[in-house]
Amino acid sequence: MNRQIRRFGVLMMALYLLLFAQLNRLQVFDAQALVDDPNNTRPIVRDYGQRRGTITTADGTLLAYSNELPEGQFRRERLYPEEHLYGHITGFFSFNYGAEGLEKQYNDELSGKTTEQAFQGIEDLFADRDNTGNLVLSLDHDLQQAARDALGETRGSVVALDPGTGNVLAMWSWPSYDPNLISSIDQKTSRAAWLWHNALTPSPLIPKAYRETFFPGSTFKVVTAAAALDTGNVSGTEPVYPSAAAYTPPLTTSGIKNFGGSSCGGDLFEMLRVSCNSSTAQMAVEEVGPENLTATAEKFGFNSKPPIDLPNPAASVFVSDYGPFNRTNTTAAGREYDVFDNTPAFAQASIGQFETKATPLQMAMVAAGIGNNGRLMEPKVVTEIRNVDGEVIETRNDELIDVVMSPASAATMRRAMVEVVADGTAKVLQTPGWEVGGKTGTAQIAAGKEETHAWIISFAGRPGEFAEIAVAVMLEADPEAGQRTGGRFAGPIAKAVLDAYVAKQPAG
Amino acid sequence: MGRLRRTTELSLIVLGSLIVAGAYTLASLGRNASIPANLVSFLGIILALLVTAHLATRWLAPEADGLLLPLAALLNGLGFVFIVRLAGERGVPSDLPGLQATWTALGITAYVGTLLFVRKTRMLDRYRYSFALAGIVLLLIPLVPGVGRQINGARIWASIGPINFQPGEFAKIALAVFFASYLVEKRELLRIATTRIGPLHLPELRHLGPLLLAWGFSIIVMVAEKDLGSSLLFFALFAVMVWVATDRIAYPLTALVLFCGGAYLAWTQFGHVQDRVSIWLNPWEDASGTGFQVLQSMFAFATGGITGTGLGLGDPERIPEVETDFIFAAIGEELGLFGATAVLLCYLLMIGSGLRVAMRADAPFDKLLAVGLTALLGFQTFIIIGGVTRLVPLTGITLPFVSYGGSSLLANYVLLALLMRISDDTAQRERRRLEAEANPNTIQTVSA
Repeated sequence: MNRQIRRFGVLMMALYLLLFAQLNRLQVFDAQALVDDPNNTRPIVRDYGQRRGTITTADGTLLAYSNELPEGQFRRERLYPEEHLYGHITGFFSFNYGAEGLEKQYNDELSGKTTEQAFQGIEDLFADRDNTGNLVLSLDHDLQQAARDALGETRGSVVALDPGTGNVLAMWSWPSYDPNLISSIDQKTSRAAWLWHNALTPSPLIPKAYRETFFPGSTFKVVTAAAALDTGNVSGTEPVYPSAAAYTPPLTTSGIKNFGGSSCGGDLFEMLRVSCNSSTAQMAVEEVGPENLTATAEKFGFNSKPPIDLPNPAASVFVSDYGPFNRTNTTAAGREYDVFDNTPAFAQASIGQFETKATPLQMAMVAAGIGNNGRLMEPKVVTEIRNVDGEVIETRNDELIDVVMSPASAATMRRAMVEVVADGTAKVLQTPGWEVGGKTGTAQIAAGKEETHAWIISFAGRPGEFAEIAVAVMLEADPEAGQRTGGRFAGPIAKAVLDAYVAKQPAG
Repeated sequence: MGRLRRTTELSLIVLGSLIVAGAYTLASLGRNASIPANLVSFLGIILALLVTAHLATRWLAPEADGLLLPLAALLNGLGFVFIVRLAGERGVPSDLPGLQATWTALGITAYVGTLLFVRKTRMLDRYRYSFALAGIVLLLIPLVPGVGRQINGARIWASIGPINFQPGEFAKIALAVFFASYLVEKRELLRIATTRIGPLHLPELRHLGPLLLAWGFSIIVMVAEKDLGSSLLFFALFAVMVWVATDRIAYPLTALVLFCGGAYLAWTQFGHVQDRVSIWLNPWEDASGTGFQVLQSMFAFATGGITGTGLGLGDPERIPEVETDFIFAAIGEELGLFGATAVLLCYLLMIGSGLRVAMRADAPFDKLLAVGLTALLGFQTFIIIGGVTRLVPLTGITLPFVSYGGSSLLANYVLLALLMRISDDTAQRERRRLEAEANPNTIQTVSA
């Protein structure tokens, strides 16, 4: 019988080899496919139920936290006490639809998965330490509320930055959404909210302040002016352009007209004060040129994604190529300049039209860069990460992006923008005791369409000092509202945010 | 010889206990991040239980195989760690660890008791038909109204007073004893074909009769009790034992044909059989319904990957029945391919030891019984692991020594004791023979 027993042993070996092969299939070869299987809710339920840090504003307002549940499929649920107000900042954390906003950007820190958090010492191997990270934001609850209250139910965005640090003080867009709904552990609520939010046009899920670009209109003139000053060909007072109703660039017969058919001209201060299209475009074509303007625009952040700590920020656009060299022209002062085949388009681009597009965040960065005397700082939302005991485990440093223009040019630009507020299109921003600079914009969205984007960008600081706050406001073109100018419609909203800021500062 | 085996056994038991205590600590750390307060008493209790079993072996079966008990102890301990780790999680009662500990103690008592009462394997041979009857009665109990209970679709439980048990677990051992005894006596007759039906050479039906009857009966009862796993197990046991006894491959092949016919018949007649097969072929078809359990099991293995999530750090409680039939999926998830393979190797080593016992045995009955008992262990393990990994259709039976369950644990300790008894008998006879050859004078003196 031993022969049979031996054979039986071989049979058993074969059967167990089959088991081993099947284990390899499940645990190695098909493992990823099984983990990703749509029917496999393990990874999500697990992530979703885990401990997760809180998100609070700089002044301690709780924006997001995880609530422990005594029973049910999930161990915790994610709640957002401020509902709509910070929807675009915190984003959501959903069982079905993943994460957005800071919940996505800082997922590892919130859940304690970064190497530094997960393993802080040998004792971590033996103790169940809560290693989640709590995010402390730069946002100020009062400013955020002021932005929301001032904008109301107008579609648009408000961005407030601290020019010296890059800290985002407020960032609000309407329409916004309540992250509690999509993050709900009730599958029906979550799904209904998701479908409903996505069905709306525009979807409130899109944080337009940093993820959508618009024609910046005349607010872009400050970039053109900054580039002009840095060429050395232009100063605050030279050259002086004659008053005209329009400027007709070379190679075209279609002129760039001034707002409302008025005539204007003058030096750099004057063209910014009254927001003169014709002289700005002429200066761009004759004194700056595509190369210099592209360089300055890109220093301000155009054509690349801003280094903000929020997911998928949109890159603002300034087209750099305006066709091949066509000929050389001469300015009134006798200086030669290059003309390109698409110089007429460049003239449009220099005043924030053609294909120039910017996010509200980008234009706030422009104001901040000038307000901070040319030193543009990386915008950031999170300033520090703390552990459960409140100890700071990571501080996000203030980072310089670039020196966008020389200090001398910056000083001139600041003066020019202060004059726009003192006696120009942005008078609405005037604030006693504060040095406020601004620039308005009213951008047509298409030829023949009445409605406009209304913009204002501004900065404010103590007299003689660099700016402490920069604010950009953009109201989206709305066919029902018709033409809305930056000064009249966007200005008061920026003013409300500035006032909220000023109200918090010690009298001085 | 015997002393060396026992020393090996004791050191392996100590090593196994340390592994189990380590796993117990890790599981507690993984789950609650604390070192269990009762660690020392836990280690003390397992050591006490196993050392009891070891001492009983020293006393009652001193020359038995030294590997079987430590392997069983390791598997039992690992299973216990998983039961502790799962208890209190969703759907898993929190009193299971206490019960399983009691069952383990009873299992070891049964092990000692078996060694104590079955002093010679020939005692079993003598009561062949009693065992056949006992097996049949045990199988029938769940069908008796008032006593039998249907749980999870299978009517395999018996309740007598406060005690619930699965008589089938013991029936399989009784039937293995019967088969071994009957086949040894009839094997020469069964080897000789006297009747020809077509290409088949069959022995006289009266020799085959009782065997077919016992086997067919058990199959029918299984179908009536809807316990497909046990049905498959009995078939495999029968086929292997007949083949080993007669060396006629025609027997297992005939049995296979019969089984396939029976399986096809069952497939056409019984909804639950069709369900099992279609779930096996495509569990995704009803992923949140009938396919849920096996899919969750597959996801558990996939989540574990090569190294596992770590003890206490996975979510095996998502699999229904994880503490019994699906406990191997929990091992696969938390200990990974490494841990699952280690468990497979433990079973293979047990099978190897069991077959070595069978090879060495000099009495044909001992040989056949050892093969039968080893086959029971090996096939049962294969059927359930194959089921939870979707290698074969899932049929609910327990994973020997690992799953939660008193009947299973008790029966497997009895099975282990019988293997030990056979091993000891063989070794003792061999030693006496060697001693006799070395000292022929002794024998002369005795005989004089």
